[in-house]
Amino acid sequence: MDKEPRISISVTVNGALVEAEAPARESLADFLRHRVGLTGTHVGCEQGICGACTVRFDGRIARSCLTLAAQAHGHSIETIEGVTDSGEIADLQEAFLRHNAAQCGFCTPGMLITAAEFLNSGETARRESIRQFLSGNYCRCTGYHAIVDAIAEIAGKKADA
Amino acid sequence: MKPAKFNYVRAGSVDQVLDLLEQPAGFVKILAGGQSLNPTLNMRLSAPDMLIDINDLDELRGIRVEEDRLHVGALTRHAELERSELVAGHAPLLTKAIQHVAHAAVRNRGTIGGNVSLADPASELPACCVALDASITIRNKQGTRVVRARDYFKDLYETDLQENDLMISISFPLAGDTTVCAFREFVRRRGDFASTGLVVNAELVDGVFTSFSPVFFAVANTPVLAAGVAQLLVNRTITGEVVEQAVAAVDHDVEITGDSNMSEEMKRHLAGHYLREVIGELYG
Amino acid sequence: MPDPFVIDPGLARLSARKFVQGRGRYLDDITLTGMLHVCFVRSPYAHAKIAGIDTSAAREVGGVSHVITGRDLAPVCRPWTAQLTNLGEMKTAPQSALPVETVKWQGEPVAAVVASSRAVAEDAAELVEVDYEELPAVVDPEAALKPDAPLVHPDLGTNVAWSINIDTGEVDAALAGSDVVIEKTFSVDRQTGVTLEPRGAIADYDPAKCYLTIHLTSQVPHIQRYIYARQLGLNEANVRIICPDIGGGFGLKLHVYSDEIATAAISMLIRRPVKFTADRLESFVSDIHARGHRVSARIGVNNDGKIQALEVNDLAGAGPFLIHPRTSVIEPLLVAICTPLAYDLKHYRAGASLVYQNKVSTGQYRGVGMPVASLVAEGLVDAAARATGLDKAEIRKRNLFRDDAYPVTGISGEYLECLSQQASLDKLLKMMDYGRLQEERDAGRDKGIYKGIGLATVVEGTSPSPALYAAGGAPISSRDACTLRLEAGGNISCATGLTDQGQGGEAVVTQVIADVIGIPSNEINIVMGDTATTPFGGGTWASRSTAIAGEACLLAATEMREKILEVAAAIHEQPADILTIRAGEIFNLETNEKVSSLAEIGKTVHFNTHTLPAEFEPELIVTRHYSQREQLMVYANCALGVSLEVDVNTGLVTLHKIWAVDDCGRIINEKLVVEQMRGSIVQGIGSSLYEECIYDETGQLLNGNMFEYLLPMAGEMPDIECDHIETPTKATQLGAKGCGEAGIIAVCGAIMNGINDALEPFGVEVSSQPFTPEKILRALGKIV
Repeated sequence: MDKEPRISISVTVNGALVEAEAPARESLADFLRHRVGLTGTHVGCEQGICGACTVRFDGRIARSCLTLAAQAHGHSIETIEGVTDSGEIADLQEAFLRHNAAQCGFCTPGMLITAAEFLNSGETARRESIRQFLSGNYCRCTGYHAIVDAIAEIAGKKADA
Repeated sequence: MKPAKFNYVRAGSVDQVLDLLEQPAGFVKILAGGQSLNPTLNMRLSAPDMLIDINDLDELRGIRVEEDRLHVGALTRHAELERSELVAGHAPLLTKAIQHVAHAAVRNRGTIGGNVSLADPASELPACCVALDASITIRNKQGTRVVRARDYFKDLYETDLQENDLMISISFPLAGDTTVCAFREFVRRRGDFASTGLVVNAELVDGVFTSFSPVFFAVANTPVLAAGVAQLLVNRTITGEVVEQAVAAVDHDVEITGDSNMSEEMKRHLAGHYLREVIGELYG
Repeated sequence: MPDPFVIDPGLARLSARKFVQGRGRYLDDITLTGMLHVCFVRSPYAHAKIAGIDTSAAREVGGVSHVITGRDLAPVCRPWTAQLTNLGEMKTAPQSALPVETVKWQGEPVAAVVASSRAVAEDAAELVEVDYEELPAVVDPEAALKPDAPLVHPDLGTNVAWSINIDTGEVDAALAGSDVVIEKTFSVDRQTGVTLEPRGAIADYDPAKCYLTIHLTSQVPHIQRYIYARQLGLNEANVRIICPDIGGGFGLKLHVYSDEIATAAISMLIRRPVKFTADRLESFVSDIHARGHRVSARIGVNNDGKIQALEVNDLAGAGPFLIHPRTSVIEPLLVAICTPLAYDLKHYRAGASLVYQNKVSTGQYRGVGMPVASLVAEGLVDAAARATGLDKAEIRKRNLFRDDAYPVTGISGEYLECLSQQASLDKLLKMMDYGRLQEERDAGRDKGIYKGIGLATVVEGTSPSPALYAAGGAPISSRDACTLRLEAGGNISCATGLTDQGQGGEAVVTQVIADVIGIPSNEINIVMGDTATTPFGGGTWASRSTAIAGEACLLAATEMREKILEVAAAIHEQPADILTIRAGEIFNLETNEKVSSLAEIGKTVHFNTHTLPAEFEPELIVTRHYSQREQLMVYANCALGVSLEVDVNTGLVTLHKIWAVDDCGRIINEKLVVEQMRGSIVQGIGSSLYEECIYDETGQLLNGNMFEYLLPMAGEMPDIECDHIETPTKATQLGAKGCGEAGIIAVCGAIMNGINDALEPFGVEVSSQPFTPEKILRALGKIV
């Protein structure tokens, strides 16, 4: 195969329509980072293990390294930039800061997007269930404790509300 | 790493897929959830010439009960299985197992058909299909056939699926009032592939197993239904002695082989341990 | 300077806000105009002769601009040799950016493809045909010592890179006179750092100016600049290293990597900006590995629990090259030095050897040898407790230095200025409710529940002096720096040699400067990680940020405060010594009236100099350096406890809870200290239960991927409760010691001890890290 097969992609990213042509083999992660310029989605392994590239695909978390950009055609993608600008996870972000739950920051966007799905899932906010839900997201810096604290705090507030 | 180049076709219909498979332009792979395929592409362990993306084929999706069986479309995502009340009611073993498949983000994308097509020996769902005596509906240009899961898994990553086949759905007999099931797997971290696993679907009537389907996985090239073990337990009073006979029979039923993650001895030890535990759990 | 420091307990780390918004800027986020991508062809063999390289097919691929081999790079980048002359004889060999004749580990880069995209570069890399002639590989360190072993470097005539012996005398007699002598062997498998952000470099050479700009994922920009300039034949002033946000370092990003410096050389060769980002598969075979030790040890103890003598012998593997510039000897060195460090004993003998092998080079990764040392020491102390029937906390109390004994010189010659081992252990035992845990453990055993309690009391070497590296000739700076500038608006710009890979050093120096000067922390901006704009400093390693750079900032801020007050005094004709600064405003201490503000001072100094007294030309820019020279290292200490449970049917270990009491001297920001502790404890849990680089006998790494190299994940991690004792070092005004490594040092031994405590009813023990379920089941005889 000499020529690079390319494909037209029309995708909603953080509420705005993006139309682009990309190599068929391009991952959604690379598409978002290098074609759309949204570098808050990080690539830690490209093997679907570390969770740093977690985004929302039609409202549900997905690994953008295990999704082709072509597969996002006609769908809606949300990234850390989108959920930051919308204010949707502002309380969670502040809790992460209060609890010092971000160190190097590389896992943080994926961690936050995963945590937001946990908070929306209606799961009970026991530390154990938070830990289990976060199991697909590596953090090599914090030891996880502060991340669990931050999510538990917001989950507790939601439950009280 | 990035995948090698491939052509990409977003299929609009099952017929289009079957046509493409019939006259393949080189090495063709079907792209469903991509949660197993895409890592192999990213590591260039697999370099297909063409990917056929079937994600738009809604006819392959959905969970319904028809003619006394639970039908699950091949493109049904793990997360849909996990949340389905139909599945919980009619195939509770699947509900038990599915939460052990990887992590939430992967379950949101991964599909039952993709999982069972790949037939990873360490995966939970193939073992459940065998234990539940599922039937797999497969279609190609020539027609549709239904294959029992117990005949479907041939060897390591080798199934009844041929190169021109597309998996359509998987159906399961409905669980009844006497159906009991259990799930065990050894993982060092939640969500990892199992290193040894056992799923059991059984009928327990008045304290007697009238059927008992123990399927070991991650111990051999395919999930293995331990028929000898079952025979020892069905229609018997379960005593400690019987349990030990059943454990001893695992060796006869299952040709356990070690792999890079776990030795054969440990797999054998765990297989016996889990069988003991599961009998205890189900028998009470 | 206000004393004690006004520490705002609620102070969040300001720089973390960008991270929670996804606005961190990491290396791979950066794109330069005209930038090409480089992908390396890596050796599939552990040891092979390069008989030829055919690049013709790769060059034909559309989008490929260059295919570069070792012969192409040799004129641009000189080979380097890692060597320290202060630690005894070191046999060492030169390493090239790309080798010309032989490859010496699986994963060594042998050629580079430069192309329009990473994907295209990878396509072409698959077409580079290297004709390898496989050579026998040296894999196991013990096999490397055999007389007929193949040699990694035939020119050296031996596979032994370095060895050391310490003998304080009369060890044999002391052992012979001990009531009990216990002999044990410990092994600690190789692991690697796995920073979530892979390594990388973007090099941009401007041939017109002979100026090389490199964005680099490094913890030590100034040190790297010196080395890159030297190897690439440039003036240091013509090299700029920029370290953007770094996604985790842990020591892994301290070193000179052949692929990174090759990227810089390639940019010089092709006169284009080029980017290299390691992918995860490359990371496993190119990031430094660490550990990989086999230690045989003996302890002699009397029935009263007092340790009479200790002996350790360590054999460690270096990989094919000593890692540049720090060398790979520090791990075994610290095993030899630090094993007895926590304990008051009289007779000690240690031997350590480092051997070459055809595996990835080993180097400094969090803890550096000390986790191995403490695993050995804590394992022996627990074994001694078992042998003498003493409680495991009690035997430690009887052997740790008394808290009022300091300063003392440890048995291996280390100067220990001020520690709080006894107080830390006491606090830990209370926190854990040690007695209750013992009761629960004992009660569980009857029901087939096997809980274990593990303790470790350790000393962490932090903030090294130049005696460790620079005295041996290595270009490694132990000093750090702070430049402060008062801006016209009255706020402060700070530039420091420190870098931040997530530790929060930026927050710490902000806080020190804010507190010393008397200015709100949000009026301070910190610049770091750029050699063009920051003063020369050693960067971030060996838990030195707060202790060293913090002190430099304290010194600079103290001077800046004096200068500001001098200006205020001149403007307002009041004596400087009755003026003070609070929250950016200047007050007269006697009248408590506001006299001026930093805004007024800034404006006056930068614009309205006509209002100043004649011949008064204030310089509101200050640079101060600090280097710790009094002690080889500033020692901190930690007591750590683990509560765990062993499933004796599956061998799985469940960690119920971990407690730690550390003493890192003066605490500037407790939240940062706690997360350093927790993070390093969890990395230690990785070492202890999960992480190992599994090689086959030909030197192939079998689990070099994220599926099979297991890291700790949230689901299995316990809650970790931390507390502190504060014993400030007198070496600095700030009084801070390091805190980033005590957790990983302490937890490995504590987990091993906890597992062995749980296994006590079975009379079996484990001593080979990681403590996998399979090893535990084998110890129990459940599998044979």
